[in-house]
Amino acid sequence: MSQGALTRSVEKEAQGTFLAELRHRLPLETYVLALTVLVWVLLAIISPYFWTAGNITNILRQVSIDAILAFGSLFPIILAGIDLSVGSVAGLSGVVFSMLIANAGQGLLVAFVATLAMGIVIGIINGWATDRLGIPPFIVTLAGLQGYRGLALLLSGGMTISGMPAGLQAFSLSSVAHVPTLFLLMAVIGFCAHFMLAYTRLGRYMYAIGSNAEAARRVGIRVIHVTTIAYALAALFATISGLLLVARLSMGTPTAATGSELQAIAAAVVGGASLFGGRGTILGCFIGSLLFTTIGNGANLLGINSFWQMVIEGLLIAFVVYFDNLQKRRQAGMG
Amino acid sequence: MAALLEVEGLVKSFGPVDVLHGVDLSLGAGEVLALVGDNGAGKSTLIKHIAGVYRPDAGEIRLEGRPVRLETPGKARELGIETVYQDLALADELSVGANIFLGREPVRRFLGLIPVIDKVRIKSETDALLARIESRIPRKARSVSRLSGGQRQAVSIARALYWQAKVVIMDEPTAALAVMEREHVIGLARRLAAEGAGVIYIGHNLIEILEVADRVSVMYRGRIVHVTNARETTQQELIKYMTGFVEAAN
Repeated sequence: MSQGALTRSVEKEAQGTFLAELRHRLPLETYVLALTVLVWVLLAIISPYFWTAGNITNILRQVSIDAILAFGSLFPIILAGIDLSVGSVAGLSGVVFSMLIANAGQGLLVAFVATLAMGIVIGIINGWATDRLGIPPFIVTLAGLQGYRGLALLLSGGMTISGMPAGLQAFSLSSVAHVPTLFLLMAVIGFCAHFMLAYTRLGRYMYAIGSNAEAARRVGIRVIHVTTIAYALAALFATISGLLLVARLSMGTPTAATGSELQAIAAAVVGGASLFGGRGTILGCFIGSLLFTTIGNGANLLGINSFWQMVIEGLLIAFVVYFDNLQKRRQAGMG
Repeated sequence: MAALLEVEGLVKSFGPVDVLHGVDLSLGAGEVLALVGDNGAGKSTLIKHIAGVYRPDAGEIRLEGRPVRLETPGKARELGIETVYQDLALADELSVGANIFLGREPVRRFLGLIPVIDKVRIKSETDALLARIESRIPRKARSVSRLSGGQRQAVSIARALYWQAKVVIMDEPTAALAVMEREHVIGLARRLAAEGAGVIYIGHNLIEILEVADRVSVMYRGRIVHVTNARETTQQELIKYMTGFVEAAN
């Protein structure tokens, strides 16, 4: 850049209008939140059923399970990786958990702990294969997407597993001060994840690795440890999400959460995460999940063909990523 | 001048290719030592040994008189050797302060229990540091991706300054900069030396080299063939050594 051009660009920056400033300052999540609120208002006007206690509670329960899955998939995305296996891990977890109870006669606690442990081991394998064996995370977790779903179908013989204790569903339907327990659980998990990302060294190192893995390595950050933890958390969150699905349906389903990995990734991206790494927040993930859950709910209430729902979601992802790129280019002064 | 960093008889081969044939180098505290040489002369390979990226096949590196084993970049950094790389050193999505403290974040206890990054301290120390070096880095920059090339170099150099690095390696720090920014970075290199660091400055622009350096070492085909005081040499002389003209004449 010549000296003249430098001066000009500095002047241009200084003259930024209020709107331009707003566009620079406000993160993408703000716009997505505004869109979500708009959809809520529209649905409340169009459908008499939308703004009822029953429906809102239903949305809050559904978004809880989806958001936990999205929180998990955020960690690998921040590292500029991806985890395509979270939906299958959720499905497998549900099958293992319900079989431990129904077939092996184990108590809730044992089944719970054993399933969580399985999830963590799966995540560690994903992270290790990515970092140590140098297989791209897309491939490692694509293998997981197929493999773990296959395992879930094999173990269950393709059948649903019933015979869950009554308390489990009662838990999923319970509320504390009119707020669904599932939602509170999601909020607690989300808060912990947010705290880790925003305030601890581990979180900071995830963003650093996603921004520039080589720079992170050169300042002495142990990239393999951080990577392994990120994938372990993704699988752990997927397992929790799978267990909550079992609680909600009161049975284990080998095909549960099929395709949900893509929606989880989409929610993270719509909520401001960058697939190129280094960016993304838990709050954004929640907002993205809420938007998708609302669209799904609204489409049901209005009797819109569920295939349309997929088309709308697809357009939304394309639009948000385009908008994000536009904003980035403007920030870089190229637009 | 007491030697801060000494390299003796450094040998390195990559497979059948011998890159360094016994390199000797000595750097004093408070001096800028320029390292020049044609592409492929071995400059990068040499400094990567000092930065802990490569390990030598033979030879020794001594820091303040003691032999050191620089097994990783992290180890080199622990010992006070910082590298300002051309464009690899910063995490784009992180803020200026986060980059300066990356890998060494000050920690406080949240609720007296959970270790969290002390953001307040990072911010105040960063502000003070940037004011001290009169950098033109905007204080509020949310991420370094919005900074210019010169500002990014300034962040890397500020990092070395803050951590009071003993040895700072600057690998073509002005390669992609505008004229104004180039002057600023050269000023910062002199400043590092003035604060007591030994600076190894790699560059191609000989005018710049003669401006910034106290001494100049010329590398040619994996050896240091000439060391001279910057005030007592000329571009023409350096070019003779860089191109092997002198060796051929001998």
